[in-house]
Parts: sequence; C-alpha cells; structure tokens
Amino acid sequence: MIATAKPDLVTVNIDGKEIAVPKGTNVIEAARLVNVDVPHYCYHPKLTIVGNCRMCLIEMGMPAVDPATKAPIMDPATGKQKINWIPRPQIGCGTNVSPGLHVRTTTPMVKDAREGVMEFLLINHPLDCPICDQAGECKLQEQATGYGRGYSRFIEDKNVKPKRTQLGPRVTLDDERCILCSRCIRFSKEIAKDDVLGFVDRGSYSTLTCFPGKKLENNYSLNTVDICPVGALTSTDFRFKMRVWFLKQTNAIDTESSVGANTVVWSREGTIYRITPRRNDEVNDTWMADSGRVLFKAVQAPDRLSAVKINGTDSAFDIAINAAAELFKANAGAVAVVGSGRSTVEEQFLTKQLATALKASTHLVSRVGEGDKLLVSADRNPNVRGALVTGLISTLPGVKLVDLGAQIDAGKVKVVVTVGEDLAAAGLNAGQLAKISLIVLGTHAKSMDGGAKVVIPTLTAFEKSGTFVNQQFRIQKFLKAVPPMAGATDDLIVLAKLVGAAGGATIPTEVNALWKTIAAAVPALATTTFANLPETGQLLDATPFSALPFVEGETLHYKPAQPVVAAANA
Amino acid sequence: MAVITVERKPLTFLERTYLPQIAGGLKTTLKHLVAPKKTLEYPEQRPAIPTGYRGVPTLVMDPNGREKCVSCQLCEFVCPPKAIRITPGEIPADQPDRAHVEKGPKAFDIDMLRCIYCGLCQEVCPEEAIFLQNQFSMSGYSREEMVNHKDRLYELGGTLPDAHFKWDKKKAAEEHGNAH
Repeated sequence: MIATAKPDLVTVNIDGKEIAVPKGTNVIEAARLVNVDVPHYCYHPKLTIVGNCRMCLIEMGMPAVDPATKAPIMDPATGKQKINWIPRPQIGCGTNVSPGLHVRTTTPMVKDAREGVMEFLLINHPLDCPICDQAGECKLQEQATGYGRGYSRFIEDKNVKPKRTQLGPRVTLDDERCILCSRCIRFSKEIAKDDVLGFVDRGSYSTLTCFPGKKLENNYSLNTVDICPVGALTSTDFRFKMRVWFLKQTNAIDTESSVGANTVVWSREGTIYRITPRRNDEVNDTWMADSGRVLFKAVQAPDRLSAVKINGTDSAFDIAINAAAELFKANAGAVAVVGSGRSTVEEQFLTKQLATALKASTHLVSRVGEGDKLLVSADRNPNVRGALVTGLISTLPGVKLVDLGAQIDAGKVKVVVTVGEDLAAAGLNAGQLAKISLIVLGTHAKSMDGGAKVVIPTLTAFEKSGTFVNQQFRIQKFLKAVPPMAGATDDLIVLAKLVGAAGGATIPTEVNALWKTIAAAVPALATTTFANLPETGQLLDATPFSALPFVEGETLHYKPAQPVVAAANA
Repeated sequence: MAVITVERKPLTFLERTYLPQIAGGLKTTLKHLVAPKKTLEYPEQRPAIPTGYRGVPTLVMDPNGREKCVSCQLCEFVCPPKAIRITPGEIPADQPDRAHVEKGPKAFDIDMLRCIYCGLCQEVCPEEAIFLQNQFSMSGYSREEMVNHKDRLYELGGTLPDAHFKWDKKKAAEEHGNAH
C-alpha cells in the first residue's frame, strides 16, 4: 500500500496491551499486531467477512461513560476508567476497532466458546488425518490442539458424505471434511469473478457444490485449495503425492508472465511436488494462477537437454566453449546475440556483456498473449523490463525477429548466440537458420537444435537463484529450489565463459559476487544487492522507460501508465 | 605421592600345595558338566522370543486380508536412521473392498542395513499396520537383498488380529449409517 495520508489511528487494548491501529482494522488483524492469536476459519484477509464459523469469538467492552453527562465513570478499585464488558462473546472478524475498544481473548468465556465451536466442527469430521493431504497445514488440526477440548462426547453415528467429488479438472472435494466456511465460494465470486460454487441443502445436509451445468475450471481454481482451512478441497495433481511436512519451501517467482507473482516451491530431495502462492500485497495478494503451478513439470521433462553437443555429437563443456571461441574469432563483427525475456537480470547483464565483447547486435524474443486482468498479464516474458534496465535492449522487442532475419539475409550476421530462445518459433525461417552457425544455450530440446554448431544445456528457473523485474519495475528475487540436473550448467557460468571466449573480462558467476559487478555497471541497480533484496521486492525507477509502449493491460495491482497501444498486440 | 608399603603375607602350607584351588576348579567344571544346557544348537534350534520383542519391522494385513497401511508416512517421518521410504498412491474407486480407504502405499521399502530396531515406526503408526515381530536374523548377499520391499514386508508380517476394524466401521457407516 502506498502511504498517501497518515491513516487515522485508533488505540485499542487487547489482552491488556495498548496498540494504535488504522481505522477499519478488525480485531483479528489488530490482535495479530500484538502477537495475540485469534483462531479463525472463515475469515481471510483478502476476502469479504461473513462471520459464519464463529471460531474467532472474543470478549469486548468499551470504557464506561455517564449516559447523561458523557463523563467517564471511574472504577474506584483501580483508579482507571471502568470498562463495560458485553455479556456475550462477539466475533473478532466482524468487529472493527473503535477508539478505546477493549478486547479479552483469554477469559473462561472465550475459552468455553472456542471449545464449543471446535466440538461442533469436529462431531461430523471424519478424522482421516492419516490419509488427508491437508494434515500438517490444517487449521482444524492446529486449533483442535490449541483450543479444543481434547476428547469427544459424540457417540452417535457420524454423517457420511461423498469422499471424492470432482468439482473441476484440478480440484477434488471431500465433502465430509468441509466445515462450510465459504472461503472458496467467496473467492470464486470476488476474486476469480467466476461464481460457480455454492452451498445446497440445509443443516447437516449442507454441501458445497457447483451450480448445475458449471464446473470449477477457471484458471484460479487451485486458490480455493490453498485457502481451504481443512482438507475438503484438494488439488487433484498433488493429491496423495507427498505429506507436506517432508517438503522444503523455497521462495520463488512465477515465470509465466510479467506479473511476477510470488510463489513458494515445495520440494523434497530434488523433486518438486507443488507450487503455491506467497503473500505479497503489492503484487499478487495471496493468489496465483493455476497455469503457473504446473511449470515445475518442465524440470524433469523427458525433452530436457542433458549433454553438451558440437555439430550434433556429444562433447564436453570446455571443448564447446573453445568451439564457440573459434566461431567468434572466425566471424568477428558478424555475430548476433538473441537474449531472452525469460532470463534473469543477472543472465541478461552477462548477455549484454557478451554482446559488448563481440560488438554484436542484441535481440529479444517477445511473447504476447492475452492478459486475464488478474495475475496473468499480456506479456508472457517475466523479465522484459530486466533487459531494459540492464541495457540489453533499448526498445521493446518486435513481434518476430524481423531485424535479425534481414541481417542474416544480407549476410551481415553469420553466427547467432541464442540464450534459451527457439529461433524457429521466433520467426527465423529454415533458409535463414541454414545460413548461420548457431550457438544454443537451452533447457529443453527444440526443433532448431539439430542444425546447431554448439548446444550447451542450462538450468530452469527452479534450479538457480536470480532476480526478475516485473511489470511494475519491481525487482524480485527467487532462490534455487532443487539441485541442477546432471549435465546442465548454470547459465551464468556458460555466459561468463562465453564472454571470456569473446575476449571480454573475467566476471564472477556466483550471484552475490556478480551483483557487485552489476551494481557498479548499471546505475539503476547501484544500491541493490542480491542478499539485501527484500522479500516483497524493490521498486526501480521506471521514468527512463515511461515512453515505451508496454503491452500489458490492467492486472490486479498494476495499471498501465498509458493506454495500451493496439498495434503492439498485432 | 605417598607410597604405602604393604607387607606380603607368606603362603601357608596348603596354599603352597595348590590342591584346594585345583579341587575348587574341578568342582565348578563338574557342576557345569551335569547342569542343564544353557546353549542352543542354533540355527536348528531357535530361542523362544519373549512378547514385546523388537525384531524385523513388518507390514500386517487385517483379518480380511486387506492391507492396513494407508501410507500416511508417519513412520517414514519418525524413523531415526531414515530406513523407511514410502511412495504413496491412490486406491482406485473400482475396488469395492478398499475404495473407501482411498489411499495405500504404492511402494514401501525398509532398508534393513539402516534399521536400528527402535520400534518408533510401530509406536507412531495410526493404523496399527507396522509391527516389529519375532524375526531377528536378516542376512543377504547384496545391499539390494537387505531392502525389504512391500511384498516381502507383507510376507513377513502376515495377519494380526485387529482390535478396531476402523475401515470396516467406516464402510458400515457408509452403507447403513447416517448417509447424506
């Protein structure tokens, strides 16, 4: 949030601790600021408040004033103003702070209320934690331990409901576990704007279901799985794959578009099992698109490149660099470098160094799709702005590599270095590809690899650390989640070696050390270091690029500076 | 350091003959000659295993011959030497006997070169599916032979009486109970 005016602060007292919070904050959020946990299920900071789970019951009161004179009534025992406590518990999520509000969360009444709510929630709960995917990150487990009674008085038969209903292509519903908090319904309606979920039937027959003829199949359906406080909604892809307590969490960035949604990559022993969103109120709140959650499958895809090749036969890394060096020497002045908007800022910086050392022209491949106005923007490259900031390109990339094609046709370019980009898909025809010697850095096999002089396998975004600059010019870092695949080399090492082969200076290849070089060379990043980059990212100065016609339309936390130029989409 | 000089007592006449000591030694030997045997002709004879003995960990079936393990992976989590490795899998809906259990192990490996026979897997198991039973000798010619796979674990484990019939009760509830 941008601090425009100082928000009106309201002083409240929570469990004896005074705190000033902005007006409009509810009691759960205010209590969080003083490290008091108010348990809740249905409340979600990014959704509307319904107050139907009744777990966040608290006791509250206001300072007493004389009704007639409005003079404070003092308590002679303590010498302080008397507090009029409301005799019944109130819900914390639906109560906004007001000046002088007093809240108690540790009284017997609150404890009884929580135990009662927990007991009712658990009477029909199947208690199949051993087979439940939510176990380990389940609010019901946590709060039964923290606030529950510890034993059950329920001796009647539990309700039996369907256990594996497919709500959509990616979401499976276990009806027995549902506590009817309605978070998923509110998400679909308010955030995804695809109102397909609802409750039918009454009482203990209440069931979450899709409206007739509809399916939960929008590109944000898996967020309902993330926000489900229990194991009712589960991801069909992750279902029964791995228990969450084995998984290591690594902060990452969604690479599917220039939104740069913050994510967490969950992996165990070098295998990635799932990707979930990470809260960043300035970028993606707590959401991410389903399409970004399957990107990890590329890491172990069968078409991953795993061997250095020269003219199509297996070779070794050093020999490949020497072969590249010879190509550079033999064709001095006739080299072009195709950078990538999918490369990290560091790689783009090195690509720029390579181009400078070779006196080569630089090109970037554009990927333009349709933005969904939420968390997938029109620019499907995650890091075009990084290429602008590092000086790899000065204007936005054209639709196809027309310039490069013309240069090849004119015989000005004889060697092309491509960093992860498929030149055939990017607009070069077979005749043009046949005319050039190709040096390919890439992660996956592509149609043009066959004719390439040198192919060096590199890493996917999950196997390396780096930074991306998103559409807001916010530089965000991501960390290495899994070890690199055998046979592939870090892009930074490959690029630094190529710079050396082109006669350039030696550049460090470790990210932290490299950032010292970057900070010295790129004025916009002079004060940035990789280690100190905040979790939520850092905004860079966008004014030098304000005249460029960026293709993105409006998304969740982004408004284009100028109207989108229709021609850019053509 | 102070030195205490101890006076060595001279041996008596009997002691100098060594005869009482020889007699004492022979008495001990003769006593063991006639005493009942303590040793076993292993491996033909096997010792009686006391209850609560912690032998090789095994997987057991319930009295209906279904696997009890639901691959919750708690034993894998608790195992101190990381000897257990489970690949969970889904039980397809077309198995009427077990479909309501939903989840079972696709693969279950216990590396007996790593296992320290601590019994924590048995203690932690919420389904009472893994037991350390009587078998105490494991041998093999290769490392691979020393890894017990799922079929071997069930072969070793056999069927144990079940006190709870949790999944049977669940199925009965599904058929006759408070079905919604």
